[in-house]
Amino acid sequence: MTQSKTLPPRPADVYFFATCVIDQFYPGAGMDAITLLERQGIRVHFPEEQTCCGQPAYTSGFPDEARKVAAHQLTLFPQDWPVVVPSGSCAGMMKHHYPMLFAADPVRKAQAEKLSVRVYELTQFLVDVLNFKPEDCGSDCTVVLHTSCSARREMGVHLTGRQLIGDLKNVNLAQQDHESECCGFGGTFSIKQPEISGAMVEDKVKALKATGAERVVSADCGCLMNILGHAAWKDAQEGRTTPSLPGEHIASFLLRRTSK
Amino acid sequence: MNAQPIHFKPSEGFRARSKAVVDNPFLRQSFRGAMDFLMSKRAAQFPDDEELQSLRSLGEAIRQYNLAKLPELLERLEANLTRNGVQVHWAETPDEANAIILGICQRHSAKLMVKGKSMVSEEIELNHAAEAAGIGALESDMGEYIVQLANEKPSHIIMPAIHKTKEEIARLFADKVLGVDYTDNVDALIQIGRNVLRQKFLEADIGLSGVNFAVAETGTLCLVENEGNGRMCTTAPPIHIAITGIEKIVEKLEHVPPLLSLLTRSATGQNISTYFNMISSPRKPGEKDGPEEVHLVLLDNGRSQAYADEQLRKTLQCIRCGACMNHCPVYTRIGGHAYGTTYPGPIGKIISPHMLGLEATSSMATASSLCGACGEVCPVKIPIPELLMRLREEAFSKPHADPVMRGQGAGYSRLMTSVWRSWAAVYRSPALYGVVTWLGSRFGWLMPSKQGAWTSVRVPLKPAPKRLRDMLRERG
Repeated sequence: MTQSKTLPPRPADVYFFATCVIDQFYPGAGMDAITLLERQGIRVHFPEEQTCCGQPAYTSGFPDEARKVAAHQLTLFPQDWPVVVPSGSCAGMMKHHYPMLFAADPVRKAQAEKLSVRVYELTQFLVDVLNFKPEDCGSDCTVVLHTSCSARREMGVHLTGRQLIGDLKNVNLAQQDHESECCGFGGTFSIKQPEISGAMVEDKVKALKATGAERVVSADCGCLMNILGHAAWKDAQEGRTTPSLPGEHIASFLLRRTSK
Repeated sequence: MNAQPIHFKPSEGFRARSKAVVDNPFLRQSFRGAMDFLMSKRAAQFPDDEELQSLRSLGEAIRQYNLAKLPELLERLEANLTRNGVQVHWAETPDEANAIILGICQRHSAKLMVKGKSMVSEEIELNHAAEAAGIGALESDMGEYIVQLANEKPSHIIMPAIHKTKEEIARLFADKVLGVDYTDNVDALIQIGRNVLRQKFLEADIGLSGVNFAVAETGTLCLVENEGNGRMCTTAPPIHIAITGIEKIVEKLEHVPPLLSLLTRSATGQNISTYFNMISSPRKPGEKDGPEEVHLVLLDNGRSQAYADEQLRKTLQCIRCGACMNHCPVYTRIGGHAYGTTYPGPIGKIISPHMLGLEATSSMATASSLCGACGEVCPVKIPIPELLMRLREEAFSKPHADPVMRGQGAGYSRLMTSVWRSWAAVYRSPALYGVVTWLGSRFGWLMPSKQGAWTSVRVPLKPAPKRLRDMLRERG
């Protein structure tokens, strides 16, 4: 999907939809994303009533339950500000699936469509709206980037993370084998088909490690949970005490690289 | 709906079959290599993304246009084929299709049927039915021939023997083909197959083939192939029987070239297949060759169920190129046999439930991370991930009267439904969410170290000691 390049002017305010995974498991990544946006002179609003986009139920075959949860999120963004989401997966749900989810409910469908055009994945927002060019303050390092399938195929924003890292002059971006292949997370897929999911994450971690990069960065914490969870499990299996594949959200990486 | 009883449930044992492949490093490497090869061949055919996308949109539009007119087109196809001298038969179930085909064979006292590649004939298990009726059925496509010699089923809809190495094929030929010594020279192996088959084309009473596109306005059956065996099967024996699903129809001849181009480029990375056959009639008076009779069997087998629903109808857009399997990370890990269905991979997951019912196939819809690679490469833009979600919904929702699918609710579980209901109750309520996640953050250390399937290859999940909202409050 190609993204329209007719983007709104630089806003003064944005909403931040953190995602339930970041709120509960990777709050540091959420803080770093907010700080990164604030450093660009943006006022970041975090609606406290936010919970989850509803995707887990939606992709598991429970659209009614997903609708109830999604309907609640629809009410959280009354101002006409962009909604920045530090996850391609949750952004894709809100941007592309909300209008379909509420197809039979004209009022909510209209709300979903109005929201849809304001939803941005974080790296997309940084590059396409803020024209953010990170200035590298760090020393030489090699990293590898994992882009989620939703960011790549639903949001069409697989190039923006790459561009941000490319702008960091002391960072070498390694290229992993089968880069565009899924890490095997897929929400409930990982527990319903653990053998297949396990094989996929095993291959993904091997490919990432084979690059020799010192860390993996990703703009999706769902993938990170899966990739880093397997890498740590493998380390424990093989008796390693230091992580063989550390990783973090791209927001944390960018914030650190641009902090003096 | 007149559905045939199922003797085999692909859902049962799916996880065990997947695990057997996943745990076999040799097979893992072999599938990965084969799929990499096919993906790179396809990519080389579409260097210009804009051209690809406009061609995909055209392919989608052609398929949707023709499906929208399907009932009318089927009637026109039948009328025009009949006018051309082709006999048209309708089969609702695999058993009916087999009965029609074997009836034709028996009328002609046929002993041997030589077959071109046809997945629909696999779908109805024609070879077994023919064998039971005392009629020999010999596969003449090289991949199908190998699979038949090995007493297996195709593991891929385009490359039936993709799961076999050349060494395995060499051993198979040495064991099963009379007078053949072991050789793993590919050209020599192909020559062995050709020598066997050449004689059979001449001996066969019946030639059977599939159909890639049936053109309604002209009454033409189009057949795409690479080995020339399709042409032999449809011209050398005195009787030609073609079999296809009711969805393979296009109204106009001009619909064929874009679909053909998408098919061969997506499937094998070829500009065009080596052979493209257009069959319009049996041998006419004064003609020196061609079959004396041509039959077409049109099979439903659940397709009309998919057709009746606007969303599920998109399943029938498929032109059977196999690109979705070549790009599927799940297919790449487990290969085609693990699915247990005639059609494996993403297309198999969305079409098989209509053929076999959701009871037999409900767990297959869960075997996808919804990564979208299949939908991205589909030449006719079938939204496969969307359809998989729909099938999950149909499988797991409470059984109700007047379902759109056979086996609706087959995967319904009161426990799973109440888990999702409770989940929704928490996540739709900021207050409840606040309490539950606060407890999670405070007592995360109590999380068990074994978390079911998640921890089979991953460390356990533990909520962070402070939630993002707590960190933001502290910051002020």
